[in-house]
Amino acid sequence: MTTGYAPSGAPLLEAVAISKRFGGLSALTDVSVAVKRGEIFGLIGPNGAGKTTLFNVLTGIYPPDAGEFAFDGERLTGLKPHQVAASGIARTFQNIRLFANMTALENVMVGRHVRTRAGVLGAILRNPATRSEEAAIAKRARELLDYVGIGRRAAELARALAYGDQRRLEVARALATEPRLLALDEPAAGMNATETADLRTLLERIRADGMTLLLIEHDVRLVMGLCDRVAVLDYGRKIAEGVPAAVRRDPAVIDAYLGGNLA
Amino acid sequence: MRLLDRWKRLRRDPRLAWTAYIALAVLLLALPFLADWAFGRAWVRIAAFALLYVMLALGLNIVVGYAGLLDLGYVAFFAVGAYFYALLASPQFDIHLPFWLLLPLGAGVACAFGVLLGAPTLRLRGDYLAIVTLGFGEIIRIFLTNLNAPVNITNGPQGINLIDPVRLGGFSLAQTHTVLGAGFPAVYNYYYLFLALTLAVVFVSMRLEDSRIGRAWVAIREDEVAAAAMGINTRNVKLLAFAMGASFGGVSGGLFAGFQGFVSPESFTLIESIMILCMVVLGGMGHIPGVVLGAVLLVVLPEALRYLGPLQEALFGRVLRDPADLRLLVFGLALILVMLLRPSGLWPSPTRRRELSADTGSAPPEMDTPDDDDRIRS
Repeated sequence: MTTGYAPSGAPLLEAVAISKRFGGLSALTDVSVAVKRGEIFGLIGPNGAGKTTLFNVLTGIYPPDAGEFAFDGERLTGLKPHQVAASGIARTFQNIRLFANMTALENVMVGRHVRTRAGVLGAILRNPATRSEEAAIAKRARELLDYVGIGRRAAELARALAYGDQRRLEVARALATEPRLLALDEPAAGMNATETADLRTLLERIRADGMTLLLIEHDVRLVMGLCDRVAVLDYGRKIAEGVPAAVRRDPAVIDAYLGGNLA
Repeated sequence: MRLLDRWKRLRRDPRLAWTAYIALAVLLLALPFLADWAFGRAWVRIAAFALLYVMLALGLNIVVGYAGLLDLGYVAFFAVGAYFYALLASPQFDIHLPFWLLLPLGAGVACAFGVLLGAPTLRLRGDYLAIVTLGFGEIIRIFLTNLNAPVNITNGPQGINLIDPVRLGGFSLAQTHTVLGAGFPAVYNYYYLFLALTLAVVFVSMRLEDSRIGRAWVAIREDEVAAAAMGINTRNVKLLAFAMGASFGGVSGGLFAGFQGFVSPESFTLIESIMILCMVVLGGMGHIPGVVLGAVLLVVLPEALRYLGPLQEALFGRVLRDPADLRLLVFGLALILVMLLRPSGLWPSPTRRRELSADTGSAPPEMDTPDDDDRIRS
């Protein structure tokens, strides 16, 4: 809006005029964003700006009060979380939500659920089809643990992992669902500088392997360095969108972050 | 802990493991003879009942242990299985369907009830779910008590009598058979039938636990929101847990009816549900060997405590306290002690044990688990 950035190509994810109210509070008002294939799109804003609410609407946890969103041309509005996951959006959570008493490997194996078929009968009879599916699930899960760099932690309980490894495990679990869009809710929250740098390397690698990323982040340096484009939310409205360098000079953004009347 | 370590080493050595399995198999096969010889015929019956409760506990374990859904009305499915068998194999309607047909049908009917009772509770969690399932359990019992008017279906509080004993082809389990000079009275025959079906239930439980479905159940127990975000259809997977758990209850109920020859609503009270839950929790939620141990102990212990009378006589020369009173006291005390000393059960799953040692050892990083109260214990 404030920059002349012109997106090219059909967007992978397009949200149009999303609104969400909680009682008297307007958490989101007419927010539109479009995420292009292959980019890292950042969503930033002060605390309470509605970033996580937008995430929860996009992933089916809350139904929007108004607005539509489409993913790869398919209308997703009103779908349940598991249907959103099936259609190709995977997410992580701001406050890590792993399956604490399952091992790291099992956590990632659960991520394969949506792409596999075996039912009760298959489980009991353990026929060749089920066995080869199970083997493929375990193999893919191990690959993903190696990919995010915690392959050696496979047999440990998720709750016993170091904080940074838990974040990585959440990414591996999300990737296991074979998403076309990976949505990360504050992946660097609580991380120190080294861990954040490692995370950045990982996310860049995921993007280089062809994934589209949607990122909520507080760490401005990470966002500015990593994202191709960012949108800024404040009080549930989008106040700016564009390439990071332009957005950080935007007076509306400076106002939102520094408290308005300074300008 | 040392014992557990030794057990772990034992399991790593295949030869020793096989020896242990064979010894266990021999013990289970010889058990009726041993129990009869050492403690009397009544104990063979107790062993048979222990097997029925193992099936029930394993069924409830799917709902509570794996999927983390606290069900306080589980005995309803036991009742459905028992009454289904009783109504279709007794003079009540003069229908006498064969056992091999009734047992799978009974499992199926219990399954349907599992879905029926599970469906309205899908949005509930924790305490609320417990209260609603408790209500369902009572509704089933009250229905059974009152379905004798205007049309007499269940014969009300009198229950259904003269239920057909189990027959497999031409082989009636109610008669004494002599094989190779050894006499097999009715209660022995039922023991072996129950043993076979218990082994089947254990097998199914093990297969389910280590499967895509089993992982989905545990994922829902651990974090329902995250499970849904990973593409698990939480509604279907929960209903599946209710249905599978209920089917075990239905099988156990059918066997109970055939074994007893009599069913009445009295057998299906809330306290039964609570006992089955105790078996699961005390043994080790979500761990099959633990649940089996819990079920066996909670059947055997109250019976063994009947010997408190003779014990007092031997110690003090006379009976100081009526063993009937002491029994429940000691039983309750034992339960409390176990839960205090082994809060994750007598024989918890290896992961749960690791979790406990992680809690006491070097402090692991805090992990946000906002739904802690959704679980009974984490």
